[in-house]
Amino acid sequence: MSELPRARELGMMGCHVCRLVTAYTDDPKARCPRCHSPLHVRKHASLARSWALLITAAIFYIPANAFPIMRTQSLFDKDDNTILSGIVELWRAGSPDLAVIVFTASIVVPVLKFLILGYLLVSVQRASEWGARRRAKLYRFVELVGYWSMLDVFVVAILSALVHFKVLSRVEPLPGVVYFGMVVVFTMLAAMSFDPRLIWDKRKSR
Amino acid sequence: MSDTKQGNPQDDGELPRPEVRRSKLGLSLIWLVPIVAALVGVSLLVSHIRSAGPHIGVTFLTAEGIEVGKTQVKYKNVVIGKVTNMRLSRDRSHVSVAIDLNKDASAFATKGTRYWVVRPRVGAGGVSGIDTLLSGAFIGADAGDSDEEQTDFTGLETPPAVTHGAPGRRFTLHADDLGSLDIGSPVYYRRIQVGRIVSYELDKDGKGVSLQLFVDGPNDRFVSKDTRFWNASGVDVSLGADGLKMNTQSLATVIAGGVAFQDPRGPHDESPAPEMTAFTLFNDQATALAPPDGAPHYIRMRFEHSLRGLNVDAPVELLGMKVGHVVSVTLDYDPQTKKFPVIVGAVIYPQRLGKAHEKLLKAAGGDEDSAFPKITQGLVAHGLRAQARSGNLLTGQLYIALDFDPKAPKVAFDPNAKPVEIPTVAGDFDHLQEQISSIVDKVEKIPFDSIGKNLDGSLKELNGTLKQVNTDLLPEAKKTLQGVNATMGTANDALSENSPLRQNITNTLEELQRTVRSVRAFTDYLGRHPEALLRGRGADAPAPVPSTSKQGKEVQP
Repeated sequence: MSELPRARELGMMGCHVCRLVTAYTDDPKARCPRCHSPLHVRKHASLARSWALLITAAIFYIPANAFPIMRTQSLFDKDDNTILSGIVELWRAGSPDLAVIVFTASIVVPVLKFLILGYLLVSVQRASEWGARRRAKLYRFVELVGYWSMLDVFVVAILSALVHFKVLSRVEPLPGVVYFGMVVVFTMLAAMSFDPRLIWDKRKSR
Repeated sequence: MSDTKQGNPQDDGELPRPEVRRSKLGLSLIWLVPIVAALVGVSLLVSHIRSAGPHIGVTFLTAEGIEVGKTQVKYKNVVIGKVTNMRLSRDRSHVSVAIDLNKDASAFATKGTRYWVVRPRVGAGGVSGIDTLLSGAFIGADAGDSDEEQTDFTGLETPPAVTHGAPGRRFTLHADDLGSLDIGSPVYYRRIQVGRIVSYELDKDGKGVSLQLFVDGPNDRFVSKDTRFWNASGVDVSLGADGLKMNTQSLATVIAGGVAFQDPRGPHDESPAPEMTAFTLFNDQATALAPPDGAPHYIRMRFEHSLRGLNVDAPVELLGMKVGHVVSVTLDYDPQTKKFPVIVGAVIYPQRLGKAHEKLLKAAGGDEDSAFPKITQGLVAHGLRAQARSGNLLTGQLYIALDFDPKAPKVAFDPNAKPVEIPTVAGDFDHLQEQISSIVDKVEKIPFDSIGKNLDGSLKELNGTLKQVNTDLLPEAKKTLQGVNATMGTANDALSENSPLRQNITNTLEELQRTVRSVRAFTDYLGRHPEALLRGRGADAPAPVPSTSKQGKEVQP
């Protein structure tokens, strides 16, 4: 297969900010001569950052699921719901469609993101060349779908604002929703700090 | 401090050289983020573990109203825990409920703590737990004294009537049966509710019931060692000499039952009774407040005639004092006389005789049990006999009367017999017959013959007298009456309207009237003209009032 040359092979690199093309350097402390922003061939410490953020997100995922995210209070009843119990309740209450949506957004998507990002990071580190294109697609999927997993936080925020009838019924956010929001934010950051070019790096050396 | 390699893109047409600044970047700072996250996670975990209190299990007969994750455990309405799990026991006889207590509620995982499910309860004594209608059932807790830890509890099926540490005292009551009492039945003192029945159980021998009651402080001080308790349940209707009387403590006791207590009248031990003192539960206020009966003594009586109308519980009276009651009426057979005597067993309370008993005891000496046959022997020798008498003419109810009959024939008395047998005399009906025959005797003794003769003579005399009256007295009387009649007629005529006497009287009266008028005119004239007495009457004076004015006018000119 005919490979097109990369900038590095031509002895060049670009500034991410002002797009100035400069001569190639390995030095991690190089800066753009024009705008003085740091220059690197690849995103700086991409792997470390992605790992760190991913682990952070994974840590927060535990309290996010263990703590209740929402308290619905009505005249006769007070109910603290975690994400999972909320889904179960929705299913029981006769709206399986909603339950599936919430389940997808709150459980499936974050878990998929952990798995995909983890897989990407591991495969990059092991310099695996297998399915590079598919991995690129996975990466794009992760980036795209990231902010949609804020659905739960969104639901709680809207409900707390809308349902506020004092004694009759009330919805309050509980600490769990904060951790869940942090999971979403950190997985997004992890996805952003991952440099997809790493997927292709090793291909050339063949 | 940075050694920069500056490339110049202009002079050699080369690409610009990136500049390099040295900085002291060591390990990537990004790892701080997961470390902070991990710290947050660990701190959460630690705080969760630290805030977790003891984990206990409580078994209930039913899980009605308990929901996992929702049902709370409350003490004085403060939430101290939550039900986390629930499962059926292996033999399906009860339900095990797992409870996570709060950290500060560790005192509730100790021995003596009681748990029960608070549900709305509607009883005759009132409605409780109404708030649970809305909020759902919760588990109530009541801590004990002990510090000893315990994690497995058996839940109570009914809420405890008394919370731990509540001021007041417990007492025990002994009764023949439970009646309409129940746990929670009120205890009244002067018709104010001061406590309630806490528990009851059958006595071990099954011959009675023991009740525990709790009297709230500070009213528990009214329970003294001599206090009498009685069953205030239901309506006490009594028909006495003073009419129909109805007695109840309160409407609630009519339905739900209750116990009342009061000190006996008169001097008594007023020191407060210690906790768990045992009392007897009397059936009604009258028996409760009566003086104590003392030890019962059994006696037996043998009657040779029918005792129809004698029931068990019929009173035994000594000289009209109720001293006991009949406990058994049985038939015996005497093969020698081929008769069926009736054996009546009775229990008597000698202490009810009061002072008499004391004196008898003193005279007989010895303790009460041994002295009783001796005393009885003495009394029987003095003619003490039992007799079945009719107490109620309408119903024919009999009672046993112990009375002294000095004329009674002597009988043998066995002081060692158990029970003591008291000789009897024939019953009331036979007595009546005796009385009738004695009346007949007396009637026979009346001298009807001589009475008849005397009466006859008197009647004859009366006849003669009457004849005399008829022949001599009556015509004379007739004449007198006629004379009276004639006199009355004359008087009538004289006084009639047209009689001359009456006209004369009228004329005389008119003449007198005229005379009086002239005398008045004369005295009037004399009053005005006294000189007339000397000078004689002048010319006719004109009418008095106009005459003065005329005279005035005549004087003026």
